[in-house]
Amino acid sequence: MNLVFIILSAVLTSNFITVKTYGICPFLGVSKNTKSAIGMGVAVTIVMALATLVTYPIYKFIMTPLDINFLWIIFFIFIIAALVQMLEVIIKKVSPSLYNTMGVYLPLITTNCAVLGVTQLFNGVELLGDIVKGATGALNLGWALLYAIFAGVGFTLVMVIMSGMQEKLANVKVAKHLKGFPIAMVTAAFICMAFTIFAQIKVG
Amino acid sequence: MNKYKKITLDGIIFNNPTFMLVLGTCPTLAMIKSSAMSAVGMGLCVVVVLTLSNMIISALRKIIPNEVRIPCYIVIIATLVTLVQMVLEKFVPDLYDSLGTFLALIVVNCIVLGRAEAFANKHTVLESAVDGLANGLGFTLALGFMGIICELLGSASLFGVKMPWTFKIKIFSTPAGAFIVYGLCIAIFTYIMDKFMLSRRIKENVIAREKLLDKINAPESANAGEANV
Repeated sequence: MNLVFIILSAVLTSNFITVKTYGICPFLGVSKNTKSAIGMGVAVTIVMALATLVTYPIYKFIMTPLDINFLWIIFFIFIIAALVQMLEVIIKKVSPSLYNTMGVYLPLITTNCAVLGVTQLFNGVELLGDIVKGATGALNLGWALLYAIFAGVGFTLVMVIMSGMQEKLANVKVAKHLKGFPIAMVTAAFICMAFTIFAQIKVG
Repeated sequence: MNKYKKITLDGIIFNNPTFMLVLGTCPTLAMIKSSAMSAVGMGLCVVVVLTLSNMIISALRKIIPNEVRIPCYIVIIATLVTLVQMVLEKFVPDLYDSLGTFLALIVVNCIVLGRAEAFANKHTVLESAVDGLANGLGFTLALGFMGIICELLGSASLFGVKMPWTFKIKIFSTPAGAFIVYGLCIAIFTYIMDKFMLSRRIKENVIAREKLLDKINAPESANAGEANV
């Protein structure tokens, strides 16, 4: 039951884009066509999972014993930046074709709040994901990782929906001043409205 | 003095980070949907961080090597955000709670890093400080304006003060309403700017034309004057 609860809440009821408004820049900027939306979504999911995997032990076993929790912003942003850079180098070496489809989006991720948001969520700093805490009782790395992966899936889902709408929107005649960001935002508002329905889901 | 006036106007109106450049969208959407007070609070935090980071980066611009400048900027910004966070937690706990996660996310706010990269590493300390203040104020005004709209429509109150009516549209206190208000505000702002620019250009053209006509007519009128005498 916990598994279902975490997956549902990560993908639908507390979706990163439509409910928490994280990662709006790539959501509006990189969703012009479906292919690039999927590439960005997959890249964000991978980085989010890796970032959780790396920052969790560092926070728990290094920063907490040394009592330097307040420095988490500086630590985490560096870890994420290094991680993204490393991932870029590795993918470039291992599979150039994957790099061509996905690698372009990797540097963008460093400044994506979704990534910093998720690592923060799982390190007991602020909003210690009350969803996960309530579901599991005790927060451990496994649940945190699961939540991070499915939050990434939710992010990809909304990106793909948005890209489909943007592709249709490209053929529509729009008033001059509404072109670009304004009409994309009004479109996004309808996706958000659709997602508020999922807040009614009650599990267990 | 004219130089500072231009920097200020650019930051607040002509290159407004929220409406013209559409930067820092995550905190904007999250704050305008919650309340006008937290929107203004967020804006003021950005003013402080942006001004200080611009000044520090500008002061260190000759020392920081070009190849590693982005990590250096990030360290400076992250340190400032940590300081702001500590100060707020101690002295303004209400605002600290309402800002929540987004206070820490100022680090990844594109406005701060963008101004460092585009302005502060090329200009003097004083100019950078003015630029940071102006851009921060532009951000604050935009957030406050949209926050007021959302709060009036969504929860029938203004800065926490209840309005005499009880008419509420719940959607304006959710992300969907925030998206609609933000999108329409951008459209209206660009429309007004376009009209303003057009009228200014026409006015400039008229002045230039009159000057030109004066120049052409001047010798003639001078001649005419002589003839009359």
